[in-house]
Amino acid sequence: MGAVTLARWQFAITTVYHFFFVPLTLGLSVFVAILETLYVVTGKEVYKRMTLFWGKLFIINFILGVVTGLVQEFQFGMNWSEYSRFVGDIFGAPLAIEALLAFFLESTFLGVWIFGWDRLSKKAHAATIWLVAIGSNLSALWILIANSFMQQPRGYELVRDAAGNVIRAQMTSFADLVFNPNVWVQFPHVLASGIVTAAFFVIGISAYHLFKKSKDGQAYRLSLKYSVIYGFIGILLVILIGHSQMQHIVRIQPMKVASAEAIWNTENPASLSLFTIGDEKERKDIFAIKIPYLVSVLAYNSLEGEIKGINQLQEEYEQKYGPGDYVPPVAVSYWSFRIMVGAGILMLLLSIYLLIYVIKDKFEFKPWVYKALLFAIALPYLANSAGWILTEVGRQPWLVYGLLKTTDGVSPYTAVSTGEVLFSLITFGILYGILMVVDVYLLKKYALAGTSEIDKENDL
Amino acid sequence: MDLNTVWFILIAVLFVGYFFLEGFDFGVGMLVPFLGKNDTERRVIINSVGTFWDGNEVWLITAGGAMFAAFPNWYATLFSGFYPALVLMLVGLIIRGVAFEFRSKDKSPQWRNIWDWLLAVGSFVPALLWGVAMTNIWRGVPINEDMTYVGGFFNLLNPFALLGGVTTLFIFLLHGALFLNLKTEGEISARAKVAAQRLWLPAIILFLAYILASYFQTNILLTMGINPGVIPIFAVMALFFSYFLIKKNRPGWAFIFTGITIAFTTFTIFIAIFPNVMISSLNPEWNLNIYNAASSPYTLKIMSIVALIFLPIVLAYQIWSYYIFKKRISTKSKLEY
Repeated sequence: MGAVTLARWQFAITTVYHFFFVPLTLGLSVFVAILETLYVVTGKEVYKRMTLFWGKLFIINFILGVVTGLVQEFQFGMNWSEYSRFVGDIFGAPLAIEALLAFFLESTFLGVWIFGWDRLSKKAHAATIWLVAIGSNLSALWILIANSFMQQPRGYELVRDAAGNVIRAQMTSFADLVFNPNVWVQFPHVLASGIVTAAFFVIGISAYHLFKKSKDGQAYRLSLKYSVIYGFIGILLVILIGHSQMQHIVRIQPMKVASAEAIWNTENPASLSLFTIGDEKERKDIFAIKIPYLVSVLAYNSLEGEIKGINQLQEEYEQKYGPGDYVPPVAVSYWSFRIMVGAGILMLLLSIYLLIYVIKDKFEFKPWVYKALLFAIALPYLANSAGWILTEVGRQPWLVYGLLKTTDGVSPYTAVSTGEVLFSLITFGILYGILMVVDVYLLKKYALAGTSEIDKENDL
Repeated sequence: MDLNTVWFILIAVLFVGYFFLEGFDFGVGMLVPFLGKNDTERRVIINSVGTFWDGNEVWLITAGGAMFAAFPNWYATLFSGFYPALVLMLVGLIIRGVAFEFRSKDKSPQWRNIWDWLLAVGSFVPALLWGVAMTNIWRGVPINEDMTYVGGFFNLLNPFALLGGVTTLFIFLLHGALFLNLKTEGEISARAKVAAQRLWLPAIILFLAYILASYFQTNILLTMGINPGVIPIFAVMALFFSYFLIKKNRPGWAFIFTGITIAFTTFTIFIAIFPNVMISSLNPEWNLNIYNAASSPYTLKIMSIVALIFLPIVLAYQIWSYYIFKKRISTKSKLEY
């Protein structure tokens, strides 16, 4: 394997791993803040127990997001130094702003929140968790502003050297960078997926305790009720915004849509594949089940509408950008898209089912439902990872769409040898693997211990 | 003063803030297994920095982000060039961050002991490597005409850089011991004071040796002359006087003085390399400086406005958080970590 492949694997592994922890942080910070606000407003002790319980799980999850975020901050320079030189003028700004506006806020006030129960007034203490929640969700905004530049470059000009070669991209409008249309479909989609991740996390654990008839049933009934409502709102938003996002991507990156749908040749109207086994080399279906019209309907809200095929786009790009392979890995794009959407639909159905119960204050389910809800904790994680894989793999061979290819962004071998990349890949791989085991162990332990054990653990 | 210079100063300030703040939590982290005789004592030591360490670390993330935004070529050359060292540093930072959070979340003594040592090692590695990295930046490293580091890993481990590493290690240990002396009560505080007194001598010897070596290994004579000026002299004097402050039971002042040493030494290095940001040992023409490494004037302007608004706000609430938790911690305090 070459250095580029290794660097890509490292980025993929460290980033997907980082994003295991981030969505839960985004959604659960807000959820805990709501609970503590309820405590302050109503004065009921049950809300404090819920705040402490979900807050503890929040912290165990949060820390891994923080430490894996360190790698994210530096690995652009480490493995992708040519990329950093090329886009630093634009891409560095939102990263620095993210640290200044968001990371300081969330980490400083999380420290105050954890240690400040006796030092601050109730209201001030509740305010600190809101600041953590705002900080976390603001960090998502700025990193997605950065990512959106890679998806749909805006507000830039290209700088050329004396020989006329492009050497870097330079910012011409900060407003265009921030108000990139891609940001405003991607950011709400990610926020909503954070809500869903937190909701299903809370639903699964609450259902477990209700099933086991643990002490403090009231806390779990309330948790279940609020999380079902929270999750229902979240999944509706995810799907509706995701739909707009796909309509946006049809226009800005048609190749991503063509490969996500495995549409080899231009179709009008385009049918939606439910299941395709294809031949990527020959670019044809071996076996496929399709629903006619559906992609056109989804993309254009009309029975007519052209979806360009992979072959036609490849020809078009060769004329525009010169010879080369402009087709992303089709199987990866196609299946990640289906995993994301499939998990999303399952979550929608589950939310509707649960909502019917909890709004009538019914918390008794058949045994298999409890079990299913525990496993359903995994659904948002599948969807989140698959969504990012589609976003990033579907953009290939581009690193910055239309401007810089992935192979041109990697650090030169004179600075970073293949052996060094291999070393870091293995190091981070092992370390991350161990940390995952420890983190899941602690999450499980504290989740099972329940709300009544929280204070005991503190007074060791 | 142009914006390139402003951003050079700002990044220097971010690193000064980072070394001053995380310097003491590195020190405290390393001292945990040595100064805490039992579990409760170790918890007191860890809790003394528990509220602050994460906020302290954001100074580094911000410094990294600021380098990326203001001087992309500096960011790219430095982090691709010092690659294996940076991997080790990140591993250290990851382990210690997790150790803070996880160590008291299980009652098993083995579990806690392992995390205590991981916290110590995870603090040791970056405390050492920061000295190595800063020294190499000062000394100059092989950088070719494409701004690419071509020296390999072992080039970074030259004797001068290693001396720099051991020096930061001991100064951070001393800084951390003084923080503990200041922030805890009773026996732990007394033990921290003894540790500080013992750490002072090796720290100042290493520091003086490092300064001496810098006259042979760097451009300091050319840029600053035999008398390097007020800032480096204050750095030495502050470390010198900290001893008497420790003896006179003035841990707060002693801590501020070791902080001055850290801050002024960092400033000295930045002043010495200015206007360069990475010095090429192969050819001075291949140096990266605040112009050829910089972003466009437009980006620097935008970033200046953002920094002008938000840096004071950040400073205000971080100082507030230190103020809220100014009380000393003892074995009787409510411990979270």
